[in-house]
Amino acid sequence: MIRLFVRDLKLAIRAGGGFGLGLSFFLIVTVLVAFGVGPDSATLRAIAPGILWVAALLACLLSLDRVFQLDFEDGSLDLLVTAPIPMESVVVVKAAAHWVTTGLPLTLAAPLLGLLLNLAPAGYVWLVASLALGTPALSMIGAFGAALTVGLKRGGLLLSLLVLPLYVPTLIFGAEAVRRGAEGQAVATPLILLAGITLGTLALLPFAAAAAIRINLR
Amino acid sequence: MGLACGRGGLPVLEGVRFTLSPGEAVILRGPNGSGKTTLLRTLAGLQQPMAGSVACAPDSIAYGGHADGLKTTLTVAENLEFWAGIYGGGDIQNALQAFEIENLRDRMAQNLSAGQKRRLGLARLLVTRRPIWMLDEPTVSLDAASVALFAAAVQAHLDTGGAALIATHVDLGFDAGTLDVTLFRASAASGQSFDEAFL
Repeated sequence: MIRLFVRDLKLAIRAGGGFGLGLSFFLIVTVLVAFGVGPDSATLRAIAPGILWVAALLACLLSLDRVFQLDFEDGSLDLLVTAPIPMESVVVVKAAAHWVTTGLPLTLAAPLLGLLLNLAPAGYVWLVASLALGTPALSMIGAFGAALTVGLKRGGLLLSLLVLPLYVPTLIFGAEAVRRGAEGQAVATPLILLAGITLGTLALLPFAAAAAIRINLR
Repeated sequence: MGLACGRGGLPVLEGVRFTLSPGEAVILRGPNGSGKTTLLRTLAGLQQPMAGSVACAPDSIAYGGHADGLKTTLTVAENLEFWAGIYGGGDIQNALQAFEIENLRDRMAQNLSAGQKRRLGLARLLVTRRPIWMLDEPTVSLDAASVALFAAAVQAHLDTGGAALIATHVDLGFDAGTLDVTLFRASAASGQSFDEAFL
């Protein structure tokens, strides 16, 4: 189990762009929005929570098609299915490795980009907290989408279409938590709902994803 | 009732019935597209049989398909250590020696030749420490010397009470039974042509 996790991290680092790709995409999207909206700091401040969350979501999407596809192409997925570890835990481990290479760096880099978008000072803590709570759900939902589309040639676009609608609740509550935090309101409700979504996906989706992989390998 | 299996919803083989005892090897024969891969994948538990059942436990089978399951950005030793860890820690040194890839252990898998990759893929079988090997065209891209290495590894595996089911078109040079899959062609499949069932 741990070996699979370490291997996935090693592969992400050696393939180049494991950590960097999602992170630089996040940076570029945020900077582009800042340029596009213009120098009006009040407007930027108002849209900052939403922009940061949407950018994080898109950055997460970027590396999703590689979660299972590479293992499918080189035959490792067949071997993992026949290996003495349950497929459900393979899914969880792969989602965890995806989170460490994308969600975690995004969470850590987000305050810097908040600065760029003139996020209200009170919002920084809640930006990091909401991303830390919400991005595991993004990785898990993404792994489920990747499991559904594994084996499809050029399944990346279909994957985006499948996964993005499923990201909506996480986006709503994540951005809402930051917005409320920035305005000094109570953030407990959206954060609790966000944590609920994350826990729910972690509890249910590994089984669905493992079933999807078994069907796709036939 | 024998085992029936299919691919893409079409029945390919039916009435397949055979036993494999410890120390025994069986060679699967049949022309391209006759269902050798489909049968092996069904036996290994990668797809459901359309009818019948497989008596051996799925966790006693080490499956080796067309692809070797190698990560090109890991070294030879890292690839093998990963599978050894997943299967509960076989000795990678023996496996490296058996296929004479010890001198390549710190080489990235992407820099190996096709034959060396295949040898690394076959070395994985030794670290799984599973009794039944199910191999799909294991000798593809191997030269004569490597085929001999492979045959010796299978022979050693049989001598220690293992069993092997191998789909191949070459003569491996050891005593083995033969199972001709064309005898079990499903009635719906006869007269139709099938693409080679690789994946």
